[in-house]
Amino acid sequence: MATSFLDNLPIPEFLKPREEAPHYGVVGDFDTPEELLRAIRTLRVAGFTKMEAYSPFPIHGIDEALGEPRSPLGRIVITAAVVGLAGAVALQWWTGAVDYKLNVAGKPLFALEPSVPIMFELTVLLAAFAAVLGMFYLNRMPTYYHAFFNFSRAGGASNDRFLLAVEAADPKFRGEELKTLLDSLGSRHSELVEA
Amino acid sequence: MADLAIDPRIELNPTLVQGGMTYADVSEKISAITENKPPKQWYYLITISSLMTVMLFGCLGYLVVTGIGVWGNNNPVGWGWDITNFVWWIGIGHAGTLISAVLFLFRQKWRTSINRAAEAMTLFAVACAAIYPLFHTGRPWRAIYWLFPAPNEYLHLWQNFRSPLEWDVFAVSTYGTVSLLFWFTGLIPDLATLRDRATNRVRKVVFGILSLGWRGSASQWRHYELAYLILAGISTPLVLSVHSIVSFDFATSVIPGWHTTIFPPYFVAGAIFSGFAMVVTLMTVARWVYNLQNLITIKHLENMCKVMLATGMIVGFAYGTEFFIAWYSGNAYERFAFLNRAFGPYWWAYWTMLTCNVVSPQLFWFKKFRTTPALMFIIAIFINIGMWFERFVIIATSLHRDFLPASWGYFKPTWVDIGTFAGTIGMFLTLFLLFLRFLPAIAMSEVKGVLHQQIEEGKGNH
Repeated sequence: MATSFLDNLPIPEFLKPREEAPHYGVVGDFDTPEELLRAIRTLRVAGFTKMEAYSPFPIHGIDEALGEPRSPLGRIVITAAVVGLAGAVALQWWTGAVDYKLNVAGKPLFALEPSVPIMFELTVLLAAFAAVLGMFYLNRMPTYYHAFFNFSRAGGASNDRFLLAVEAADPKFRGEELKTLLDSLGSRHSELVEA
Repeated sequence: MADLAIDPRIELNPTLVQGGMTYADVSEKISAITENKPPKQWYYLITISSLMTVMLFGCLGYLVVTGIGVWGNNNPVGWGWDITNFVWWIGIGHAGTLISAVLFLFRQKWRTSINRAAEAMTLFAVACAAIYPLFHTGRPWRAIYWLFPAPNEYLHLWQNFRSPLEWDVFAVSTYGTVSLLFWFTGLIPDLATLRDRATNRVRKVVFGILSLGWRGSASQWRHYELAYLILAGISTPLVLSVHSIVSFDFATSVIPGWHTTIFPPYFVAGAIFSGFAMVVTLMTVARWVYNLQNLITIKHLENMCKVMLATGMIVGFAYGTEFFIAWYSGNAYERFAFLNRAFGPYWWAYWTMLTCNVVSPQLFWFKKFRTTPALMFIIAIFINIGMWFERFVIIATSLHRDFLPASWGYFKPTWVDIGTFAGTIGMFLTLFLLFLRFLPAIAMSEVKGVLHQQIEEGKGNH
């Protein structure tokens, strides 16, 4: 990386622009999900660890092939659901039985039974927000720039192509050489993609 | 791929994606609708529907400056067409959630080509529904303080959370919000498809922003699929709760004809019934205008007809149960309420309801009616009408003659009632036509998933 005026300023290390790898990785373009899965399995056996697949629809068994762990989204949603439930009880109890005591036909100011509908609705509401916003957070969305989009056929992943990227961060990454390897696994077009 | 078209199994178990389509064909066919100029019919329809929407705003504006006396609501019929329309629209929305959530959990693959449009229909129906209670308050800009527990210096009080009307506020607003989240989540991969296909700057920027940088990577799909499953899982009890809570508005009162324990399941069945009727109404037309016969197949339509037949009979059974219980209760007011319903001044509404909701769906026993789009369109229109009359019958006949004959009355709609109702139909159609024009009306990524399974199964057989 070229030296810049930033190097001479007393700026903490973590604020300085990160030195980027010159390449995102090598991306191959496959015809079918089955060929993609086969390529992933072969490369895993060969010792590659930093791989990412791109497809127009979720492919069954791809997480196992890539060695991805289970999504932690469930825990986020459960937490939000409990907060929603507790919040609904607190809201109905505090407004009705503490802050503004309104006697309606001599009924108790707070009871669990008439509170159930709103307890249910707020549980669902917060769980739904957590599911969507949690998914956004885990997927780093919105992110409008990603090095993958530098691949000349990146658009195929939202149409009918099944792409496999071996990332530059992989210890076994060997740049241009990998193109031949991906081609031999059935890739129709392999490319070294800039970061 | 082409061998799918001559696959002999098609006669026995029709495939969900027909005509030997490939993944690219699916993208092309569905995206092209939003990329090319719409057919002439689209322009005719949106001209009419937007004029009706203008009429809606006119009627609502007139109501706000004059007062809700411009509606036909009176004493004793304090809820007239406004709540009738509210319940009708909310009910229509239910089919969308049922298709997108319940059928998803039951792994009903046939849902995939109709779920997007049905979910959009849900959103627009809820938007139409919300207009009525909001404007029934007369001062909708203050309704936030009346409906929601928003801390305020202006009223210095809180809502009565023991009231079913307040439960309804939470149920309907939660339903609208969750439906929107579910719909948008489903749209993300398809918006990315439109982004990647975009050829002009405007489409690139708009769909680029809306798709939130979706790449379709395995790590993204992993969280996405779980989020979708969770949304389906929580929407399923939600959709059942919404119409149950709407029915509590009536069932927890003491009015004969309303005070009935069968209301929650009866309302939910009715909602699904009317919702599927609306889906069939819209889809038979959209399928014909946009040539989507290979994606929205006869099998999809036939399945929906079967749902209408089943829920129509549940509704019919509920009508019978109500009468039986009224007689069996031995309560003079209950008995009168139901005899008055069938033979009183509103007899014509009652028999219209019965004919449309109980008699007309029986035609779906015949395969001819379940497989001919034009015939099912006509029956679906009858069901839409019948279900509107059901809500009107429940509301107006129960209110207009209650305990004291001295306070009996009669409800007649005014031109504002009629204009507002026709106006919401216009608004609903306008929103739906805009949706068809600008967003992918069929979930491309899901259809491709089904197509993939179909290809795999096909291979196993050869």
